[in-house]
Amino acid sequence: MQDNRAKFLERAMSRHHYSGDALIEVLHTAQELYGYLTPELLKTIARKLRLPPSRVLGVATFYHFFSLAPKGEHSYTVCLGTACYVKGALGLLETLERRCAKAGSTSADGKVSVNTARCIGACGLAPAIIRDGEIVGRVTPEMLEAELSTLGIR
Amino acid sequence: MSVKTLTIDGKMVTGMAGETIFNAAWEAGIRIPRLCHVGGVSDVGACRLCLVEIEGQKKLLAACLTPVEEGMVVHTNTERLRAHRRLILELLFAERNHVCSVCVMNGQCELQDLAAEAGLDHVRLRYQFPKLGVDTSHERFGLDHNRCVLCTRCIRVCDEVEGAHTWDVSGRGARSVIIADMGEPWGQSESCTSCGKCVQVCPTGALFSKGRGVGEMRKDRRFLKYIVTAREKHQWIR
Amino acid sequence: MTVEELFELHSEEQARLRRLENRIYCCTAAGCVSCGAEGLRSAIAAAIKAEGLEGRVEVCGSGCLGLCSKGPLVRSAADGALYGELPPEEGALLVRPNPIDRQRLAAKRLDTNAPFFARQLKIVLANSGQVDPERLADYIAAGGYQALAKAVTEMTPQEVIEEIKRSGLRGRGGAGYPTGLKWELVARQPSPVKYVVCNADEGDPGAFMDRSVLEGDPHRVLEGMAIAGYAVGAQQGYIYVRGEYGLAIQRLQTAIKQAEREKLLGNRVFETGFQFRVDLRIGAGAFVCGEETALIASIEGKRGQPRQRPPYPPESGLWEKPTLINNVETFANVPPIITEGGDWFASIGTETSKGTKVFALAGKIAHTGLIEVPMGTTLRTIVFEIGGGVPGGKFKAAQTGGPSGGCIPEQFLDVPVDYESLTNIGSMMGSGGLIVMDESSDMVDVARFFMEFCMDESCGKCIPCRAGTVQMHDILSRLTRGEGTAEDIRLLEELGALLRETSLCGLGQTAPNPVMSTLRYFRHEYEAKLASGGRQ
Repeated sequence: MQDNRAKFLERAMSRHHYSGDALIEVLHTAQELYGYLTPELLKTIARKLRLPPSRVLGVATFYHFFSLAPKGEHSYTVCLGTACYVKGALGLLETLERRCAKAGSTSADGKVSVNTARCIGACGLAPAIIRDGEIVGRVTPEMLEAELSTLGIR
Repeated sequence: MSVKTLTIDGKMVTGMAGETIFNAAWEAGIRIPRLCHVGGVSDVGACRLCLVEIEGQKKLLAACLTPVEEGMVVHTNTERLRAHRRLILELLFAERNHVCSVCVMNGQCELQDLAAEAGLDHVRLRYQFPKLGVDTSHERFGLDHNRCVLCTRCIRVCDEVEGAHTWDVSGRGARSVIIADMGEPWGQSESCTSCGKCVQVCPTGALFSKGRGVGEMRKDRRFLKYIVTAREKHQWIR
Repeated sequence: MTVEELFELHSEEQARLRRLENRIYCCTAAGCVSCGAEGLRSAIAAAIKAEGLEGRVEVCGSGCLGLCSKGPLVRSAADGALYGELPPEEGALLVRPNPIDRQRLAAKRLDTNAPFFARQLKIVLANSGQVDPERLADYIAAGGYQALAKAVTEMTPQEVIEEIKRSGLRGRGGAGYPTGLKWELVARQPSPVKYVVCNADEGDPGAFMDRSVLEGDPHRVLEGMAIAGYAVGAQQGYIYVRGEYGLAIQRLQTAIKQAEREKLLGNRVFETGFQFRVDLRIGAGAFVCGEETALIASIEGKRGQPRQRPPYPPESGLWEKPTLINNVETFANVPPIITEGGDWFASIGTETSKGTKVFALAGKIAHTGLIEVPMGTTLRTIVFEIGGGVPGGKFKAAQTGGPSGGCIPEQFLDVPVDYESLTNIGSMMGSGGLIVMDESSDMVDVARFFMEFCMDESCGKCIPCRAGTVQMHDILSRLTRGEGTAEDIRLLEELGALLRETSLCGLGQTAPNPVMSTLRYFRHEYEAKLASGGRQ
């Protein structure tokens, strides 16, 4: 299959008339297409939007949504909103950090990325996590342990 | 342009409409402490050292961003403000690794001067001792992140006066650091013109000229006024 | 669409809905989706097909039905029954129930006369669960866009503003600035270019009101924004929505397209001279962007760092043009105020706080979910009657206002909930997250938790917030580990005062609130943790 990602990114920038104001929209698109933002990608965006490179990197690192490193095959995001915190979210994070990777990083085998979020708005289902983009509610450490084992993570 | 008359620390002061309290006070010989303000570039109101009390206003306002108004009564040196400034300075000292005795700016440092002025002889807060690097890749200058107070003067002078916008901040909160271009070593920056303006405006020893020993670095910010006056008024006066 | 066509469509769609034997509403808000609402919905759709009841019975998605803890929720319009925790195979029975099925279903039926439902008053959430958020016709059948029609064809912009002022509506984002006054400030600016911005960057941990409104009734927000645009003289609106709210973004995109197609937004709204476009801007994970000047910077594609106010956005906002910023719930209140009149709205609530407030109940409470009550309702009513109390424990504190708010102890349970009362007891209204804590909650750790939040979310621009949150978090961590000293508590108070008085923006100024309020009401818990064991 042909790699059309550059074309899609170009189209997104052209839709915004290559305006520097659209930097965040363009970064969203770039991350959707490539999974994460490499320095080369950021340099391309800076050149096309006619922005100083340091400003582009400054924006990309300010917002936690943007990732400058590749993500794992699976991603787990533990909600640390107050409701989840009250209902034991720290236990879930502890399990993931012990078995996979520290929050904000990916396990050495590249299988799992662990992240935290500041309230995903599923407070009614606390404690909640986002597993590969899907919200899962009322999670217990035992459930997580079992799930990680089926993924072949020791 | 209309002239406004106001009172600062009991002294009658005049200022032009649109002029900031900071400038009006400065002209009248009243020195308000500051770290992020530097004449000649835009103001951001980030260091909070120039906060002043204005009668009739509940909130403290940054003198560098607040325009003078007719009849304003301003206090720049009350007990409350002095206490706040002291604590802000304590926060700064504890935030990174400021060791005056081995710094090129020892004796000329703005942060050190502010601390001396505030009578700050010890810090009650726990030092964070972050692990930060020193970038000496540039052939003439160096950047020591340990001494940086994130005042962003370097960013503004590079962007607004030199026009290169080499510098910016990456990350946020306590993880903020000054970066050149795409975060590469300063010496490899394509946009840097090596003009050295950032070094001259830096209030501490974070940006320095190479080859200076402890306490040997001198900074001269008069160039900024020269350039700005030349650009705006077409008058080349030193 | 002209105004006449709007009313035609309104009656046509109402008649169509009346002809149906039943319409089954599946809650498709994020909470229910994550407990299997989509599977339930397809099972019901399959059953309709299997029974050959297409055109007679319909299944549709709906906004939040409120009681998230019992998800997935389903409402059957024929008898008004609400069901909770329904597996797909039981959902299918709703289509044509026989007596045995009815009995089986009765076990899952929720009592809608229970205080959780009966004590609520729904204005903002009136359509939530009553309309399919993905169908414009549903919204129109419920009277949607009639307020906009009335505003642009029968009222002058000044009259619209007067109506909002008369209603006494105050900003629902937390600070409670009078909405009408803000609109007037923007309207007064001579600039030909102005903007209306909807702040949907709901970031307080424990708050999901705005998300539910956007997911359940997106057209309502668009209509409110268009009315605001007409009143203040703006032609362009932006909705700044959190990147984490995928479903809300999707629903908004659909709604904007629908409204543009029908000329309810765009160049000639209702074929009049009024034009108003709305674009989405997706946030990228920065809590501080809920602060209006940071939000503006973010829409402009910059680091989301606040700047000093004044100038306030009504004078100089987005691209230095006059800008009206209100939050989702505020805009959602606008259409009913225009339709029903400001006096009607002002008759609800307390002296200083009019109308209703939506709260997201969470934590150690029996019924977690979304509720809407008149301003002035007491915390006791909210927690014990509507929320069903604290299961298996004793109430200790309610946290309102998120990281900017405070913990309210038991002794204030009878305080009426409005802007002033909550501020007086050291908390704040905030955007409406309400988290209940029981005896198992360690208040020092709660304070540490919120301080960690503020530390992570500090933008780093001003020193008090950037370095002060780090130091306060450091001290709180030491205290929770039992290593703190009495001097630490004094420093905590000193730093708290510094942040409150000298931080550049609201995030830093309110960051000490959780610490200050727990120190005020639960000081003994701090003292018990001192290394000296409470002895000084």
